[in-house]
Amino acid sequence: MKYVLLFVETEEFAAEFRAMGPAERARAFERVNEWFAAHAGRITGGQKLRDPETATTVRLGAGEPVVVDGPFVEGKEVVSGYTEIDVADLDEALRMVRTWPGCPVVEIRPVETGPME
Amino acid sequence: MTSSPYGTAESHDRLARVVREHAGRLAASLIQVTGDFSTAEDLVQDAVLVALKRWPQEGIPERPDAWLFTVARRRGLDLLRRQENYRRKLARLRWPPDDGETSEPDERLRLIFTCCHPALTQEAQIALTLRVVCGLTTAQIARAFLVRESTVAQRITRAKQKITRAGIPYRVPDHEELAGRLSQVLAVIYLLFNEGYLSTAGQAQSHDLADDAEWLAALLDRLMPTEPEVAGLLALIRLHRARTAARFTPEGTLVRLEDQDRSLWDHEAIAAAAALLTRAIRRQRPGPYQLQAAIVACHAEAPRWADTDWEQIVLLYDMLLHLAPSPVTRLHRAVALRYTRGPRAALVEVDDLAPELDHYYLFHATRADLLRALDRPDEARTADRLALELTTNPAERTLLQERAAS
Repeated sequence: MKYVLLFVETEEFAAEFRAMGPAERARAFERVNEWFAAHAGRITGGQKLRDPETATTVRLGAGEPVVVDGPFVEGKEVVSGYTEIDVADLDEALRMVRTWPGCPVVEIRPVETGPME
Repeated sequence: MTSSPYGTAESHDRLARVVREHAGRLAASLIQVTGDFSTAEDLVQDAVLVALKRWPQEGIPERPDAWLFTVARRRGLDLLRRQENYRRKLARLRWPPDDGETSEPDERLRLIFTCCHPALTQEAQIALTLRVVCGLTTAQIARAFLVRESTVAQRITRAKQKITRAGIPYRVPDHEELAGRLSQVLAVIYLLFNEGYLSTAGQAQSHDLADDAEWLAALLDRLMPTEPEVAGLLALIRLHRARTAARFTPEGTLVRLEDQDRSLWDHEAIAAAAALLTRAIRRQRPGPYQLQAAIVACHAEAPRWADTDWEQIVLLYDMLLHLAPSPVTRLHRAVALRYTRGPRAALVEVDDLAPELDHYYLFHATRADLLRALDRPDEARTADRLALELTTNPAERTLLQERAAS
């Protein structure tokens, strides 16, 4: 079953990350890379996203589409990347995510496989 | 069919017992073959509804479990007549289920662990367990929790959809995951028990959740006989229930432990639960439920209030706090501390908890007790009033009101 892992950063996490020294930051990246390597067999796609400041959001619906700068306006938590995985079930996805060394929130969403409702 | 006429009440009572004993197995065997949680569960509930209607008129069948199974299977075949593949699968079903591929303990365990999966909200876990494992109808669950039937139905529907659509597996977790997942299952059972035992609805409940909780704990203990925390929870529930007869006056007022008539306790049940606990403790894997049961056993085994082994109780609370720190546990420890180190020392401990427990009625009720013991009646009355404001349970309110008036 396919799932997308949405990696979510919080303000606190971003502040902690900014406060890190170069060596500490390198170690943090190292741990993330190790995690990706360890689960390479289950990972079928995904990307890191650029900073939330680079985002543009289009709100459709009422009249003309509204285009705003940044991600969802008061968002204190922002999606910083996603990874697609192919595993047996939710429990296997949960086991994988339990060892994730990066940002503090990960949303696990199954990929729709049937026809669109 | 038996020919003698049965009253509606008797046949409902009998059905409730049959459903509790067999609905989980029925659902488990249907899921086993169909691989579909939702359909299997609907088939069982449909069969129960048919029984509700027909048993009072036609009498209780000789083998009620097989009767329910036959109805569920027939409805499944009707429902899925056009899906040839499904039909073939359902046609293979037998009652009682074969012990060939999977044994009964595995099926029921899988069912319980799936219903209590951490990806479901606790409300959904409880509703789903009551419905699928205990076989309660949505109406019964709604009455027990004082919520609308449509709310319960929606919770169950959402939970079943999530199980299917999010890919929640139908299985017992691996050994390494078991500890965490088992504690989830035990928490659901203990919550049910507390809801039934000290229900916010008072005694006017039409369904005894404490009874369901004891049954579930006993089932789990039978299925997982080597897990000491399961036995610990079962002992805890049985120790509490053994004292039920002394907990209320005939008028429904709560009687405090120290004032209870201990001759009303079921001493045989207390001894049996204590023996169960001793067996669990011998496995030398202590846990919060075993420790809580040990504390309750200290109270239950004391011939008189004055004989209570408070030193032992304080020690057990220390161990419990080490394993599962919580302000409420510290509050209970402070109550015991009153009898080993005196009310002054206990009050210092209790006052320390103010920031965390200011909104909790038992915090203020305990303070009131200690202040009275220290001869500070005005402050005690204030604390009693605060406790009263925070209590919703009618039995507890009456107790506090009587105390405030005296």
